[in-house]
Amino acid sequence: MMDKPVNNRAWFLVLPVLIVVAFSAVIPLMTVVNYSVQDTFGNNQFFWNGLGWFQEVLESDRIHAALGRQLLFSAIILAIEIPLGIFIALNMPKRGFWASLVLVLMALPLLIPWNVVGTIWQVFGRVDIGLLGHTLAAMGFDYNYVNDPVDAWATIIVMDVWHWTSLVALLCYAGLQSIPDAYYQAARIDQASRWGVFRYIELPKMGGVLLIAVLLRFMDSFMIYTEPFVVTGGGPGNATTFLSIDLVKMAIGQFDLGPAAAFSLIYFLVILLISWVFYTVMTAQRETP
Amino acid sequence: MTRASRGSAVVMTLYLLFLLVPIYWLLNMSLKTNAEITGAFSLYPLNPTLANYRTILTDPSWYMGYVNSLIYVVMNTALSLAVALPAAYAFSRYRFLGDKHLFFWLLTNRMAPPAVFALPFFQLYSAVGLFDTHIAVALAHCLFNVPLAVWILEGFMSGVPREIDETAYIDGYSFPRFFVRIFMPLIASGIGVAAFFCFMFSWVELLLSRTLTSVNAKPIAATMTRTVSASGLDWGVLAAAGVLTILPGALVIWFVRNYIAKGFALGRV
Repeated sequence: MMDKPVNNRAWFLVLPVLIVVAFSAVIPLMTVVNYSVQDTFGNNQFFWNGLGWFQEVLESDRIHAALGRQLLFSAIILAIEIPLGIFIALNMPKRGFWASLVLVLMALPLLIPWNVVGTIWQVFGRVDIGLLGHTLAAMGFDYNYVNDPVDAWATIIVMDVWHWTSLVALLCYAGLQSIPDAYYQAARIDQASRWGVFRYIELPKMGGVLLIAVLLRFMDSFMIYTEPFVVTGGGPGNATTFLSIDLVKMAIGQFDLGPAAAFSLIYFLVILLISWVFYTVMTAQRETP
Repeated sequence: MTRASRGSAVVMTLYLLFLLVPIYWLLNMSLKTNAEITGAFSLYPLNPTLANYRTILTDPSWYMGYVNSLIYVVMNTALSLAVALPAAYAFSRYRFLGDKHLFFWLLTNRMAPPAVFALPFFQLYSAVGLFDTHIAVALAHCLFNVPLAVWILEGFMSGVPREIDETAYIDGYSFPRFFVRIFMPLIASGIGVAAFFCFMFSWVELLLSRTLTSVNAKPIAATMTRTVSASGLDWGVLAAAGVLTILPGALVIWFVRNYIAKGFALGRV
């Protein structure tokens, strides 16, 4: 990393990326900034509104509630998917045909369009035609994700665990694969317990990928939209209205451009902050392998 | 079999069951008629029928959804790789003014919530007359796919020793000729993985592709949501459409199975 030659002509190689990303990121973002400080009476007549929208968003109870739900959701997702993913990775076959087959089957949910993921669980959880709903009802549970907030949350969490745990497991598996056999042999000679092997060999070696897994899962669960939207549409009431659902409702449903833009910018800043942590940690880890 | 490996087998079997049963249920429903789905509850289709698939494959408003999705996904993959390849090379081989900031800025775009961009994209592409075209969706998906491709490719390129570049230049290769004839074959697997991930993330995304299209470039995923709300009860066709969206990913994943983790870690494993 350190001995790379300095060459500012490399900018020419980066130029195409800059142009494409400027068109698809910078220009739209400028529009957002523009809306966030203006108000309109229609007819495309805008006037300066200063930081009014930001104040409105920061003081909005509805958005606070959505943020609260979002943080709770991300926390639950991490608390379930990370340990479960590690556990699965430890149990995956190490080599041979079975290892390949298991890898492919595990990756399957990751490749399904997000609204189809929603559809699968929407159908699966229905009491009349879904296997899950039907089975729960037959066992005497009063399960109904459309009317009951707790059931709606449970359904969405199980769906997300189904959808993304394999990602955590695959990353941890890649980390485990990089541990030389000599480490395990040394542990056997020392008569280390299974827990000792995990605690002092496997966990430290997985550290790097695990961090990536935690951050990716945090970011993606923090901006989840399609899956809960398809399953519950944000309901019952507002029980599963997360930040992105709320934002899209505001921006495209009600066309509240100003507040939605201010909301977007705050949302984006939070993401930016987390990205920065992500980047710092990832590059630091790479320079000291 | 030792006790530990039998335990592992049990854990993996349970986990794979958890993953596959909901997919099986979709497949099960797709092979039933609506009357059978709502009428009798059965774990497998009693009278298997391909009628739902026939409906989709003979009705243009359905199958054009697949064609539209495939068009913009392929356009996006080609575009992302074309711009990402030289950039990844620059990041992996040289230091230049602002390189670290630029690399970080690219990452923030991968992390940007699509919901933030939905409305401005809609206005931008309407303003330049690209609304409801495939290229609009392809460009919009560049927002997260170009950074992803740059990061993955940079990871793979950094694994190629720089001596190869230097030797080629001494042998009189020009940069474009070296890049295409020598370097690209060396990172072929990296290009394959980057292409796979661009394809995949463009294929699974719905919010932006739905916002930017109405009729002519409507993706299959959006066609499905329309059917849910409009007719509300055509479960069999809905399930069949869902199964058909799973197929492309399932087919190509075998080829990149050993690199899936590397791709998800943005080329950093």
